[in-house]
Amino acid sequence: MLDAHVIESAGADAAVLADQPLLISEGLTKWYGRQLGCRDVSFELYAGEVLAIVGESGSGKSTLLQMLAGQMAITAGRVLYRMRDGATRDLATLTEAERRFLFRTDWGYVQQDATLGLRMGVSAGGNVGERLMAVGWRHYGKIRHEAESWLDRVEIDSARIDESPRSFSGGMRQRLQIARNLVTAPRLVLMDEPTGGLDVSVQARLLDLLRRLVQDLSLAAVVVTHDLAVARLLSQRIMVMKGGRVIEQGLTDQVLDDPQEPYTQLLVSSVVPV
Amino acid sequence: MSERTYNFAYLDEQTKRMIRRALLKAVAIPGYQVPFASREMPMPYGWGTGGVQVTAAVLGPDDVLKVIDQGSDDTTNAVSIRKFFAKTAGVRTTTHTEEATVIQTRHRIPEQTLTADQILVFQVPIPEPLRFLEPRETETRRMHALAEYGVMHVKLYEDIARHGHIATTYAYPASVADRYVMDPSPIPKFDNPKLDDCAALQLFGAGREKRIYAIPPHTKVVSLDFEDHPFERYRHDAPCALCGATDSFLDEVITDDRGARMFVCSDSDYCERRRESAASAPKPVSAEAPHA
Amino acid sequence: MYVAAKGGERAIENAHRLLAHERRGDRNVPDLTLAQISEQLTLAVDRVMNEGSLYDRELAALAIKQARGDMIEAIFLLRAYRTTLARFGASEPIDTAKMLAVRRVSATFKDLPGGQVLGPTFDYTHRLLDPELCTRVPEKPVRARVETTEMPRVTELLAQDDLIERSPQAREDASVGDLTQEPLDFPAERDLRLQNLARGDEGFLLALGYSTQRGYGRTHPFAGEIRIGEVEVWFAPEEVGFAIPLGHLTVTECQTINQFRGSETEPPQFTRGYGLGFGQCERKAMAMALVDRALRARELGEDVVAPAQDEEFVLSHSDNVQATGFVEHLKLPHYVDFQAELGLVRRMRQEFEKGFEAATPQSEMREAAE
Repeated sequence: MLDAHVIESAGADAAVLADQPLLISEGLTKWYGRQLGCRDVSFELYAGEVLAIVGESGSGKSTLLQMLAGQMAITAGRVLYRMRDGATRDLATLTEAERRFLFRTDWGYVQQDATLGLRMGVSAGGNVGERLMAVGWRHYGKIRHEAESWLDRVEIDSARIDESPRSFSGGMRQRLQIARNLVTAPRLVLMDEPTGGLDVSVQARLLDLLRRLVQDLSLAAVVVTHDLAVARLLSQRIMVMKGGRVIEQGLTDQVLDDPQEPYTQLLVSSVVPV
Repeated sequence: MSERTYNFAYLDEQTKRMIRRALLKAVAIPGYQVPFASREMPMPYGWGTGGVQVTAAVLGPDDVLKVIDQGSDDTTNAVSIRKFFAKTAGVRTTTHTEEATVIQTRHRIPEQTLTADQILVFQVPIPEPLRFLEPRETETRRMHALAEYGVMHVKLYEDIARHGHIATTYAYPASVADRYVMDPSPIPKFDNPKLDDCAALQLFGAGREKRIYAIPPHTKVVSLDFEDHPFERYRHDAPCALCGATDSFLDEVITDDRGARMFVCSDSDYCERRRESAASAPKPVSAEAPHA
Repeated sequence: MYVAAKGGERAIENAHRLLAHERRGDRNVPDLTLAQISEQLTLAVDRVMNEGSLYDRELAALAIKQARGDMIEAIFLLRAYRTTLARFGASEPIDTAKMLAVRRVSATFKDLPGGQVLGPTFDYTHRLLDPELCTRVPEKPVRARVETTEMPRVTELLAQDDLIERSPQAREDASVGDLTQEPLDFPAERDLRLQNLARGDEGFLLALGYSTQRGYGRTHPFAGEIRIGEVEVWFAPEEVGFAIPLGHLTVTECQTINQFRGSETEPPQFTRGYGLGFGQCERKAMAMALVDRALRARELGEDVVAPAQDEEFVLSHSDNVQATGFVEHLKLPHYVDFQAELGLVRRMRQEFEKGFEAATPQSEMREAAE
């Protein structure tokens, strides 16, 4: 079981091993029968880096994310992750216990639809505290205190700690989902259209929060989005997907300012300036 | 059709063997729910078929059987089950806890401390402590296998957040031998501490749900709680109106239609014994003794 | 002075006596015989055999009489009796293709080899209560002129053209699952699912089957074939080494033809649903076939969205003996647990009142009281 002090020292580990990639995707491929999901996707992600995967619907970006998260069977290729003890493991070789533990502590997954990533019948405090209780926290006051401090960090009024997320707005639910995922100081967060379905002003606020949190906590993140503005704001590197294939990748600013591929040029030019 | 003769304690030997194999597994893995092929019994599912099958599997001709329901030997279902075994096994039956070698119980643990010569058989309606948090059996099995009990503490957290207290008053979940979390059957939480380090073998039978589990003698059993909201027993704040006990679980009895009430020991044998020994005890001779 | 209530044992004995008396009813009315029940309440006996999971008309009739006509109580009696019987093996699978059908209908073809045989059916009766039933002597039935006894299965006809999926053949050495010997585990294979449904409550399966027709997990069913009749039961004892006939059973079989499926690599084919039961139990067999097909959603790659497709839900709640036991067990004393709950609620109310008093200034409370 993970105690509090191990969670705190995770930041130190990240600094020491910053020269090794945290997450490696090797030739990830998915076929649905004869239908291509995505093909031969390879990249390396380092601690503290944010990679945006952009493309239109049907590009394969969601399939890729689900394979990275172990939620979908891989047809070909591997996902490698550097564990807290320094060993790089092929996720397919983890036991179910190891994988589930990883997901409760070292990884976060932010769903596009917050109702799927939260327990809607449980209070905000319970939602944030669950991971702590899962790793052995047994002091109600401390759990509550930690939950309150996280609610503050994601700019939710901590007086609402006992309310169910049913009474929260879409933006608040999303921020609660983020708090729920970050409470065990994960090193990697996967996000699926984190601003999808939210009002523009709410999106801006959420993006701002995400940017600060990623920086403050030295998080590595893979953010799937169809919105280039999200990519530009959050990520250092970008991968453009079309028809299941990666057609262009590189530094975000470079790719978006000077797209090489015709499809990327089309994407960039079709963004309506705000 | 000819008159039927039944095997000792009703079940055939094959079935008893099957149940005993499950019991051995259960004892080997304290608190783990072992699936077993529960048989249809002559009483309905939900009325103690699991307990009856376990008792039938462990009973021998020299055993002395006590059956209680809600702590009492005289409640209708306890009477019915006791008669069933008297008829099909011909064993001696008793209402006295310390005379019994096998005690089948519904919803209470006897007040009297049990000994190493005794087996306590619990009737269990829903064996799965996670059931009302997660209805799927496939998922709860996985949670037990991976010791993923976080969701149980979420429930306790929610209780405290909402009510200021843990709101579970019976069937209170407990961790067995630091590994499996179990539902001790709907005993009041008052009885939970008796599960811990008990000299007797404790067996749990759920007939309808088809599960058997066990707590071997002298096993560590800890009721779930928070450090700052520790597990508390609850007992009505009154002595027993019949025997004066202040340490037994009490039944509330309403005595008239204006709501007058009195509190009486739930464990009928315990109460009777206390009254018997009070009646036969010599009167104390002392200047300080209150005048009788 | 309060005396702890005793006499539970006597109360039970008296209750049983009263029950026996009520069961007999007015002594001037002739006692119902088992033969009357078996001959004239045939379909009741069939249902009890099905869900009681035991083929014995006399015992089922006795159960119905003992249960005063309460079907689930009768089913319970038969099941409890079944527990005491020794098993000496498993029969060969019955061959319904060789059935001597008294009824055989198909909704998928206007006519077919062997013909549409209506048999003793309620189907086209007008549901008008008939008081003369009590006095009229029924006419002798008409003898049919039968040209051929060949009755090939509709599904076989379709299978010849590969239009319907093949029933998966079991491996020679595979043992058949039996949920009366091993507790049911999920996910459950089709043999256990069908066994569970065969023993399952007719009403429950009927409702679930109905729900699939109304859109809760649609399977586009057609009644490919329903047949009712006698089949022979064969058994191969170890000592003998070959199969010998034990006798005959009447069974009802329903095969549905359902939603076709196919893909770029597989040509489209119809899929199947199957129902089987003792005696004449058409409604049960048809409902069973609808639910069987719905439960195959997982293996056929369909989304599980409706209750009838939810294996754990359907199979855990289909047994009416278990269901009635647990529902009715609420009648048993639960006062110890209730006491525990009462204690907590009283305490929480006290705390609530204290909190309310502390938060509400005296003037407001006076106003509220007035």
